[in-house]
Amino acid sequence: MSFIKKPRINHPGLDTNAVGLTIQDYEGAMSTLCAGCGHDSVSSAIVQAYYELAIEPHRVAKLSGIGCSSKTPTYFLRPAHGFNSVHGRMPSIATGASAANRDLHYIGISGDGDSLSIGLGQFCHAIRRNVNMLYVIENNGVYGLTKGQFSASADVGSSARKGGGTNEIPPIDPVLTAINFGCSFVARGFSGDKTTLVPLIKAAILHRGFALLDVISPCVTFNDHEGSTKSYLHTREFEQTAVYADFVPIRDEITASVDTHVTSVTLHDGSQIHLRTVDPDYDPFDRDSVVSYIHEHQNKGQIVTGLLFVDETAPDMLTLSGTTETPLVDLSFDTLNPGAAALKTLQKQWR
Amino acid sequence: MATEDRVNDFVIRIATVNGTGSTSANSLLMKAIFRMGIPVVGKNYFPSNIQGLPTWYEIRVTKDAYLSRSGHIDIMVAMNAQTYSEDLASVQSGGVFIYDSTRRREELHARADVTVLPIPLSELANNAFTGARTRILMRNVTYVGALAALLEIDLNTLKQLLEETFANKQALIDSNLTAIQIGYNYAREQFNCPLSMHLSRLDKTAGYIMIDGNTAAALGCVYAGATVGSWYPITPSTSLFDAFTDFCKRFRTDTESGTQNYCIIQAEDELAAIGMALGAAWNGARAFTSTSGPGISLMSEFLGLAYFTEIPLVLFDIQRVGPSTGMPTRTQQSDILAAAYASHGDTRHVLLFPSDPAECFEFAVKAFDLADRLQTPVIVLSDLDIGMNDWPCPELRWDDSYRPDYGKVYRANELRDLERFQRYLDVDGDGICYRSLPGDHPRGAYLIRGSGHNQAGAYTERSDEYIEVMDRLRRKFDTAATLVPGPIIERTPNADMAIVSLGSCHGAIQETRDRLVEKGLASDYMRIRSFPFCDDVRSFFDSHPRVFVVEQNRDAQLRSLLMTETGIAADRLVPVLYYGGEPLSSVDIIDVIAQDIKQGKAA
Repeated sequence: MSFIKKPRINHPGLDTNAVGLTIQDYEGAMSTLCAGCGHDSVSSAIVQAYYELAIEPHRVAKLSGIGCSSKTPTYFLRPAHGFNSVHGRMPSIATGASAANRDLHYIGISGDGDSLSIGLGQFCHAIRRNVNMLYVIENNGVYGLTKGQFSASADVGSSARKGGGTNEIPPIDPVLTAINFGCSFVARGFSGDKTTLVPLIKAAILHRGFALLDVISPCVTFNDHEGSTKSYLHTREFEQTAVYADFVPIRDEITASVDTHVTSVTLHDGSQIHLRTVDPDYDPFDRDSVVSYIHEHQNKGQIVTGLLFVDETAPDMLTLSGTTETPLVDLSFDTLNPGAAALKTLQKQWR
Repeated sequence: MATEDRVNDFVIRIATVNGTGSTSANSLLMKAIFRMGIPVVGKNYFPSNIQGLPTWYEIRVTKDAYLSRSGHIDIMVAMNAQTYSEDLASVQSGGVFIYDSTRRREELHARADVTVLPIPLSELANNAFTGARTRILMRNVTYVGALAALLEIDLNTLKQLLEETFANKQALIDSNLTAIQIGYNYAREQFNCPLSMHLSRLDKTAGYIMIDGNTAAALGCVYAGATVGSWYPITPSTSLFDAFTDFCKRFRTDTESGTQNYCIIQAEDELAAIGMALGAAWNGARAFTSTSGPGISLMSEFLGLAYFTEIPLVLFDIQRVGPSTGMPTRTQQSDILAAAYASHGDTRHVLLFPSDPAECFEFAVKAFDLADRLQTPVIVLSDLDIGMNDWPCPELRWDDSYRPDYGKVYRANELRDLERFQRYLDVDGDGICYRSLPGDHPRGAYLIRGSGHNQAGAYTERSDEYIEVMDRLRRKFDTAATLVPGPIIERTPNADMAIVSLGSCHGAIQETRDRLVEKGLASDYMRIRSFPFCDDVRSFFDSHPRVFVVEQNRDAQLRSLLMTETGIAADRLVPVLYYGGEPLSSVDIIDVIAQDIKQGKAA
């Protein structure tokens, strides 16, 4: 990537969204990732999604861990607060942040190393708690910043680019992991397919609870060669979309597609997702059948994508804990402090 | 020490098996003495185990209101056959040994210098009650009854305490009263009551409460306005979050909707626990976590992140015996250095050293104010002795005019008028910058990062920008030294010597100083209450060329910290160390100091 700073040009003709912002208002700093990196396409899809949903960018909190993927919050939503934390620990930061202020939109960006190796524990526990956030794994099967080691998502038989041989250890599939831990929204996309990715991101943003979006995002430098199962070529060839998600905002009239099986899910804000399943027998509301479907296709070497599972009824962390609807950070000190008289009464038990 | 006619000045130790419900009986006993106006201290010696291992509870009756363990045992109530012989051996000459003689043991009557009082406690309880569990519980209450006769504990006080404890459960009140009466009557009939060691009403506990430090710290968090608490269970810090949860349910539940004005999260490990607190604090909530030694090791990575990104955070470390798993139910002060410099790179943290539960309450509130003011982690270094034992403390006070110090925060209205917000710009020259809160205003937005950053908060790998930030962080620590609680210094005219210490050593040192006076040695005493060391700490050494540094660890960690941070020469700081895991007693200190003085070394 070049290091010439791109001047910000204001295009007077740019369309504005419902809050009066242009798509430029959702962009970030220039990426320092390798040219052609799948992660940049994901950032661009994120920009598009928040713009189209007309969410004020400063009401978004973007968080990440460590790694190439975790650098990307700099490259989208400049007016949003960001937190580039430590390796594998972003889920806990997001959990605490969400507890303190439930009104912000949380997006966590992670990678296969960050979430499936060092951070596997925190990843699973954030799912269990159903923290209200969009959690994106930019999955390339490889450690980029340390120059090409296999990650925990590398498939058996996938070869390393430089002298690392062939991976023999079974991978951890974030999608299956998430479904097994009770995740309430599980999707897989491909960075090379923005038209499918943007509606998935939009639905995931508005889902109340933990929305996992695993994006196959090829590493052009270390894992895009022949023999890699996370390359552009391989993913294009073996991607099998099971469920297309069409996002329908509250205002739009609902129209159903005719050629595929369509189910609608109403999100908490009233908008809807139309799930178009390619296979009429696929049931995105049945955990067990989704797991067997993915396994079955994995055995054929196929990568199942789309909005794979959704449960809009699962209570999120703060609903489960009975925490007030008012963000805790907005409670006044007088509400929180019991006062001197209460302290006096309380202490009678210790006399 | 002579034991004849020692009124209001002796130690009772009760030996039981853990899991047999002796806690309520022991607490009843101690509170009854406390209500008679006589100062008491309770120390619990318990195993890291759920059921079946020996446990001891020690009540020191102390007319002089000492706060530490005396180091002797005068009256033993032996309820655990496993430890009979060691319990008998541990009684001081002239003492009393009471045991459950349902099965008489001749070997326990062997010591001529100890009065042995056999009481068939199991038999008495079995005859009066039915049900295995009830019988075991009532056997414990029966020894309270026997002690009431032997020591002259006021029966009405016991009755009143039971009525308060079991409020609406009349059956429980009745059975407890029956058990007390049985023990009382048996002792009156069989022995000469009272013993030469006994109680006599005083008026020294008015305005005092009996409370443990973890409860007090949790209460401080509630009063400070903490809304998010995340934690991972670990002895001896668990009871802090148990108490916080109870207080929140009581004080923070919305009376109309039933919703909670707080969020407590039991995390999957200590890393997540501190991460959650950090995330909440980043968002502007007062958030905290608590842990003990092993947790400090695990939390170090996040402590470094909080230090470098400048996020307020309150952490309670209830220290226990290390290294590694160590002895989880024994006390120590061995995390001082680990906490002061936790994490890789150049890091240093603000530490507070409470000496008793009252200070745990006060410092909990102070910790939140300091963390917000300084935008950095504040670690409250308590320990198992303070945290889990019942201490007599002056009643906690609260000033309703208190307002939290949230420190330097630009809110939306200020950001709106700002030409450019720079997160790490030292506007006021005190090393503390202005922060913004997520969601407040687009102009306040920036990406906080643990990687190298410049004063605008942007990523940098430039030496000059990095050094600028690191030097300012050092200056901020100098500012911290002006804000933290100063030492408590007690001076004596013409002092022969000086003692420096911290935390739970305080009680033992007070007693040591009194004993030294009896030997004709007057002392000055400085109790350090925080790190970084403020000017008053430094100047104390100017007037005291040679000082005894008393602490509960093997490696003289406070002494090392003093040497490193103030440049005091090693030969001016004489280490006085105890690290066996029991609460510190004056007997652990006096001999070391007296010996040193005798050799004429001290200045």
